[in-house]
Formats: sequence, C-alpha cells, structure tokens
Amino acid sequence: MFSYYLELALRSLRRSPGLTALMVLAIGFGVAASMTSLSVFRAVSGDPIPWKSSKLFVPQIDIWGPSGRRQGGDNEPQDAMDYTDAMALMRDHRAKYQSAMYQISPSVVPANADQHPLNVGGHAVFSEFFPMLDVPFLYGSGWSADDDAQSAAVVVISSKLNEKLFGKTNSVGKTVNVEGHDYRVVGVLDNWNPQPRFYDVVNTGGFSEQVEDVFIPFQRAIAMGIPNDGNTNCNETPKESGFVGMQHSTCIWMAYMVELDDAAAVTAYRQYLDGYAREQQQAGRFTWAPNNRLRDLPAFLELEQVVPSDTKVSLLVALGLLLVCLVNTVGLLLAKFLRRSGEIGVRRALGAPRKAIYLQFLTEAGVIGLTGGVLGLLLTGVGVASIGLVLPKSISDLARLDLSLLIFTLVLAVVATLLAGLYPTFRASRVQPAWQLKSN
Amino acid sequence: MKLHPILAALRKHKAGVVLISLQIALTLAIVCNAVFIIGQRIQRVNRPTGLNESNLFLVSQQWVGAPSGDDAASIEKLDSLQLTDLAALRALPGVESVAPINSIPLLNSSWNGAVDTKPGNTNQGSFHGTRTTYYFSDEQALPTLGLHLVAGRNFTAAEVGHQGFRDQRGPSLVILTKPLGDKLFPKGDALGKVIYLNGDTAPSTIIGLVERMQVPNVASWTSEYTWNATIAPTRLDANFSRYAIRSKPGQLDATMRLIMPALYKVNPMRVMDDNSVRSFGEIRDRAYRADRGMAILMGVVALILLCVTAAGIVGLTSFWVGQRHRQIGVRRALGARKIDILHYFQIENLLIAGAGVLIGVLLAIGLNMWLMTNYEMTRIPVMYVLTGVLAMLAIGQAAVFVPARRASNVPPVEATRAA
Repeated sequence: MFSYYLELALRSLRRSPGLTALMVLAIGFGVAASMTSLSVFRAVSGDPIPWKSSKLFVPQIDIWGPSGRRQGGDNEPQDAMDYTDAMALMRDHRAKYQSAMYQISPSVVPANADQHPLNVGGHAVFSEFFPMLDVPFLYGSGWSADDDAQSAAVVVISSKLNEKLFGKTNSVGKTVNVEGHDYRVVGVLDNWNPQPRFYDVVNTGGFSEQVEDVFIPFQRAIAMGIPNDGNTNCNETPKESGFVGMQHSTCIWMAYMVELDDAAAVTAYRQYLDGYAREQQQAGRFTWAPNNRLRDLPAFLELEQVVPSDTKVSLLVALGLLLVCLVNTVGLLLAKFLRRSGEIGVRRALGAPRKAIYLQFLTEAGVIGLTGGVLGLLLTGVGVASIGLVLPKSISDLARLDLSLLIFTLVLAVVATLLAGLYPTFRASRVQPAWQLKSN
Repeated sequence: MKLHPILAALRKHKAGVVLISLQIALTLAIVCNAVFIIGQRIQRVNRPTGLNESNLFLVSQQWVGAPSGDDAASIEKLDSLQLTDLAALRALPGVESVAPINSIPLLNSSWNGAVDTKPGNTNQGSFHGTRTTYYFSDEQALPTLGLHLVAGRNFTAAEVGHQGFRDQRGPSLVILTKPLGDKLFPKGDALGKVIYLNGDTAPSTIIGLVERMQVPNVASWTSEYTWNATIAPTRLDANFSRYAIRSKPGQLDATMRLIMPALYKVNPMRVMDDNSVRSFGEIRDRAYRADRGMAILMGVVALILLCVTAAGIVGLTSFWVGQRHRQIGVRRALGARKIDILHYFQIENLLIAGAGVLIGVLLAIGLNMWLMTNYEMTRIPVMYVLTGVLAMLAIGQAAVFVPARRASNVPPVEATRAA
C-alpha cells in the first residue's frame, strides 16, 4: 500500500512542479539556516570536558571588597585571583587537584641559527594541572610536585611546536630555549586545544586562536620574571613597580581551578574558603565579611558569558525563519490537499477509510520533507563552509558538520514537514464524500 | 468596490487566511529586528576612529632575551633598543613618520584607568573619576596617526620621557580627546587645567585637545567611554614594542614590505610573524569582523524570509485563483471588467496583509523588548517598524499581481464550463 501512496504522492507533486519546488525550497532553506546557526551555537556552547566538568570548580574570593564592585551591581566577587591569595590557596592544598595559572607569551629560539625566533603562547601552571584536566600526552608526561617545589627548568610543549623544533620525533629529554634559557622537555601534548579555553576564561575570553604551545612550572615562570600576557585588573595602583610589584599588589591576573570529586569535598572546600576569608578579615587584610563563590565549570562558563550573545540571537532568528517556512508549508499543503476534495470524495465513496486518506497525504508531506531535507543538507554544507567568511576565525573554525548534525537535519526536515502536513491532512480526511460527488 | 463580498469569500478560507497572515506577521517581526540589528552594526562599523586611516600601518614585535624592565638599568637598555628601532624605521624610504605607541584604536589591546580633577583617591580602594584609555607615545603621535588638534599644542621632543611598562608614574603633561576634556570640565575650558591619573597625587597638565580618538577595544564594556582617551608623552619600555607608521601617500604596501628585513638587520634577536606588520585596514577589518558577520547573517535571513513569504503569497493566491475559475467566469459574464477582478484579488491581499502587519507590529515590538531584556539591544525606532509595515504591504501587492492578472484574464465563457 505504501508504494501506491508514494506513487500517488509523486504524481500529485509532479502535477504542480512550481508549488512543489516552492515547498521544498522553503523547507530546505529553513532547515539549512537553523542547522548552520545550530552548528555554530553547538560549537561555542558545548562542554569542553564533558566527562569531568561537574568535578571542576573555580573558587572566587572577594579580594577587593565592596569598593571594588560595580555600583548597583550584585555582590559578585572578582572572577580572577591576585598572587597573594592564589599562593595561599596553593599552599593550603585542600582540593584533590588544584592549580593557579597565568597566561604567558614567551619567545622560543630554535637551535637552527637560520630560523628566526618564534613567539609562542602558553600558561605557567602547577604539576596538578595535567592530571586535573586529563591532558593527553603524545610523549612523556607532566612534571612532578618536586619540579614545582624546585622551580625546575622543565617544559611541556604542543605537538605542533614539537614538530616545528624537532620534526616528528620524540623530544622528551631534549632542551628548548625559552626566553633565552634552556628547559628540558618532559612531555609533548597530543593535539590538545580545548575550546572554549575553559581553564582560563578570564584571560582568553573563552575562544582563542592562539595555540597553547608551552606549559612551564608556575614558580619557575615567576622566578624567571616571565610576565603575564593576559588581562590585569587593578583596584589600586601597585606600590612597587615591575612584575614583582604586581605580585605584591591586589591586582588580579590569575585563573584558579580545583578538582573536587564529591559533594562532601565541595562542602568542605566551601567551608575552607569561608574560613580563609575570615582569617584574612581577622588579620585585617580584608575589612569585609567573607563573600566567596565556588562554581562548577558549566556554571562558571555561564557566568562569564562565554557563548557570544550574537550566536544566541542568530540561532533564535534562524529558528524563526524555520517557523515561517513551516507556516508557509502548512498553508500551501492545505490549499493543495483541499483542491483535491473531488479525488478524496471518490476514494472515500469507494470505501477508503479515513486512515487511508491520512496515510496518503502524510506520505506526500513526507516526500516533500525528505526532498527538502536533502536540499537542506546541501545548503547546510554550504552554510557551514562559508560561515568562516563572515564570523571571526576563533568561532567559525569550531563549527563543523558531523554525522549527528546531518542526521538531525534530515530528521528535523521530515518531522517538521509531517507536523506541517497534519492539519491539512486532517482537513482532507474530513471531506464529505456525498457532498463532493453531488457538487460535481 | 464593496468589501463585503471579499470578506464573505475569505470566511470560506479561514485556515488559509489565518496562515498567510501569521506568516506575514512573523516575517515582519523578524525582518524588522534583523534590519534593526544590521542598521546598528553598520553604524558601529562606520564611526570614524579620529585617525587618518589611509597610509597608516602598525608594527608589533618582541625582543628575545630582553631584560625584565623591572630595574632602572634594564629599562635604559630596553629604551635604547627601542630608540635604535625608531631611528632605523624613520630612515626608511617611503616612511613619512613613526611613533612608538602602546596600542592604537581598534587593536583590542588596551591600558585603561580613570582620571579625575581631584588628587589621590586611593584610600577608598578604587579609582574614582572618569574612565579613559591611555595611549603612551611621543611627539610624533599626532602627525603619524593624523589626529586633529582642536586646541592647545602638541608635545615637543624635549617633553617626551620614557619609563618601564609596569611603572605607574603619570606624566606631567597630557593631551586629551575633546569629549574627555568636556566631561572633566563641562564648561569646555579643559585646556591648561590639571588632572590626576589613576588616583595619583601628582598633577598632569592638559596642554592640548584632539577632536576625536577611539579606545582600542570595540567590545560593549567600553561603550561608556569609547571617545575618552588620554595621550601621554612617554615611551613605554617593555620586552615588546609597537610602532605606528605613516607611509608617503600611495606607498603603503611597498613600505610595509621593507619593515621586517630592516628590523631584523638592526637586531635579529626578535620575534616577528605574519601579523607583525599590519595595515590599519586589516586591523579595522579584524576588529569589526563579528559585527560585519552578524549584519551579513541577518541580511541573508531577512532576504530568505521575504522570498519565502512572497513566494507563499504567490502560491496560495494562484491556488485560490484556480479554485475560483468558475466564479470569476460568472462575475465576468455578469459584467465585471478585468480591472474589477484584478482589484478584487489586490484588495483581498491588502486585507490579509493588513491583518498580518497589525499582529506583526505587536510581535516585532515584543521580540525587540525580549531581546532588550536578554541581550544587549536598544529600543527599535518607530521608523524601522513603519518602513517594515510599508515594505510588507508592498511585497504582498507585488506578489499578488501575477496570479491576480491571470485571474483577470479568465474569459466569461468559463461560467458555462464545468469546474
């Protein structure tokens, strides 16, 4: 029976090619616009570390107190840390894993004298950074807590920098010249470039084109005076000058992340933070009551508004477009189906139940949906490929087509068109055979 | 023509009428807001920076193994590196002028703070005063960037000092933008007055005012002080440096190509890459890429929407015309002229579209208000909505014309044929 309905549907669609093309085009464009913006939205709003994000937390301490806050704003404490408090938290070491970190941008001098020095991006971190974030290694591993303590001259480099400096060989044990000093390579990353750059949103704004090429021990970077390359926010002018002066100031320029595996650990850490703030209050450093936050990673990314509002508005507008296309399809299908009242009347008079009418017309709607979906697939491909022409590279590079998106596109097109066909089909199935036969 | 028969006929097509009005309403709501977003972005992208942007480019570079810049000796060392670069660049053919500078408008890298007319406010724990961005440069900044001095004078070479990048000392002389000067001294007499930078206790005298100079960031958080800039006669010494260069007219590309070899020749121990020498055009392009992209996306969506809706009207009206062939024939046989039939369909469309735009106006304003509460959006001006309404009605009329004319060509003899 289905093949018969299919034949009827194709015949009916062929009879009015203009109208059929119009419906297919509308569905195709509507679906493609939604899917293209969805691919961008999905890329920027995705969880960068889904298997662990609920265990990663960002502590916030009210370092500046009430005077540092926006007037009329909420009681939100600063989203980054100053050196003093970050080091105190590292010393107390209350979480399973923790790391303070800051963005660096040192130069690397290739051993080959013909090559010009290069500028690389990276972070100064503690050893627990690597196990905490499940950082994948191609060769070697991160450094040890001992290396942290001794400010050892060790470095973890990206596979890209490894290739640039050493070809495709295992460079663990070799040396890299960073800012004029030799560092021993302990690990080579295996193509790790999470977006958003969740471990340091405050300095990267979330999405960064700059690749993370080097990681060096935090204390080593401080000792060597490798300055921070990210944002610095000060509530007051540092009393001493230079990078050292900044370390002694209340300027905030560091990100901090901890891993807490269960609810008890979270509660304990919260209490610890409050206790710490109270201690600072008693010591006279803070003249205000504890006002801390401990958000898990998804909540922190939400707070930092990592997903650009343009992306959200685009998705919304594209969904609006799809809705209009569907309303358009409902109208056209309705006109098309009801025009065939005579045919329906004859079928019903010959004994076809309502169900048969339903099947016949929904098959027709399904054919339109499927064709529109295929067109939508092609247009989505074009859309995702050309999104790089209009959006900033850091975002457009993340949008890609994958199997799930392709399947979703097709399913969306068919389901949406079937839904659009429901009301016209319902109307068609209500056609009174006697009346139709008489009026003809 | 009487409306009564049209309304009576529409009642027979309730569902179709409701759907097409709904489609027109949604289209109007979305297109109005999309066009409003486009308008806002175009306005943003087209605002002048205050610079003479042609023949201007920027060089950024970093020295390898440079001293930290934390002590006096290393600052002197860094400054001599910078002066050597400046001398080499100024000697190049095709170069008109060069200014060392920490950032330029639209570069998205800035040093911001607050200036006030009263000294030292640090005991309150935060900067009070008027927000500003700081540009640190020398006496060549004004001619190189093409800034327009509206009062006072430029710095002289002798007034230019130098200090470490993280040194917080303020300069004794500053040039402000006119908007910043007017905000600090509302009577417009900022010239010659003293101000205090970042809660400093040492005064800085305003010796000049430039008409306009944008801050380096274009993000929304700078929108409160987009035109507030303070220029200090200070070369900043750090392990990196930036040079704004004005080439002789028409020699931009040729001059840009000379830069990297010339700087490597002076001192090979430095880092430069593909982004180290950028024309101001490239910097502008990059800064506004997201805005341009959003405008293009909204434009594409609006265009598709209008096409779909217009095509929908054509399709549905064509069907109605086909359905009413016989009735049209009857009317023609009873004496209706072709023009009467044409007008019938045109008025019918006007009624449907009219109902659609009425709902659409409400939806457009509703959508705008929703966007205002949830995203950074301002109130949509009435002009946008009115233009949208007229455009929607015009599109409806244009779309209905072809099927309506076909209807008017139905011969009276149709009345005698079976449907």
